[in-house]
Amino acid sequence: MAVDMNMNVLIVDDYTTMLRIIQNLLKQLGFKNIDEATDGSMALEKIQQKNYGLVISDWNMEPMTGYELLQKIRGSSESYKNVPFIMVTAESKTENVVAAKKAGVNNYIVKPFNAETLKTKISSVIGDF
Amino acid sequence: MSEMAEEKTNYLGNKEKVARIINSVLEKVGKAEEVSRETIYKELLDVQAIIDEMRRQVGSLKASDINGKHIPGATDELDAVVVATAEASGSIMDACDAIQEKAAESGENGDAIIAEVMKIYEACSFQDITGQRITNVIKTLKQIEDKVDNLVATMSERMPNMEDDDEEHGDGEDHLLNGPQLPDNAISQDEIDKLLAEFDD
Repeated sequence: MAVDMNMNVLIVDDYTTMLRIIQNLLKQLGFKNIDEATDGSMALEKIQQKNYGLVISDWNMEPMTGYELLQKIRGSSESYKNVPFIMVTAESKTENVVAAKKAGVNNYIVKPFNAETLKTKISSVIGDF
Repeated sequence: MSEMAEEKTNYLGNKEKVARIINSVLEKVGKAEEVSRETIYKELLDVQAIIDEMRRQVGSLKASDINGKHIPGATDELDAVVVATAEASGSIMDACDAIQEKAAESGENGDAIIAEVMKIYEACSFQDITGQRITNVIKTLKQIEDKVDNLVATMSERMPNMEDDDEEHGDGEDHLLNGPQLPDNAISQDEIDKLLAEFDD
């Protein structure tokens, strides 16, 4: 099934530089509807109000981290419980990746990354586009 | 020998001297009938002189400067690095946006130009990575600051006369070599121009 490039995508990062980079890369890949949040709690509010087809989140944010956001999403009984979730983070320890996987992450990208990596990981989660 | 190594050697030497004198005094007091009060008094004066010297040396370390000036100064500088790199990344990406727009309009070679611009975008993620590393360093400095705070509080209680000397500027230019100033401490180019103009009046 073809990927709907009009799907809503939410990117979460406390660094505006990073939000801008990911936003630009996603646009270049063809995604049209991209929202931003600067921490987990803001992201959760948005997810509760709007239907997203993909969440791309940093880990290390305050007050709510990307990991906590993932846990809240996966622990929910709402329709967004199974939203595809990619962690994009500088946290590159094995224990982090394992914890994220156990919490239900769909893929994990270590910063810094390039457009090709982002495209590959997104494809692996939502399908080729 | 470095200043710090020399201080450590002095400290260890003084510690041994104090222990030796106290042992000597105790031994003589134990045989009180054989020693005069004057001899014991003289040895206690030696201990006092050593303790006074150690107090002077500890005071000269200016421990309060570490948490009062050096660490806050260092964290402010690092905060400023994060802000400056964020601003620089923003400017670079603004330029990238403009180039992308022009490239999209240009048709021929447009895609190739956009592909190269994307690489610049990707490289801008250095700001996030360095920002996180600097934040970790700032957290460590703040932990050190807390420990020095406790140390200074303890020393102040036990050594109420401990005072820091006022910093004096020598004849050299060292006190003028401070590198880029933080925004709150800096004066603008306009202010500099006005200041220079006052010399011409």
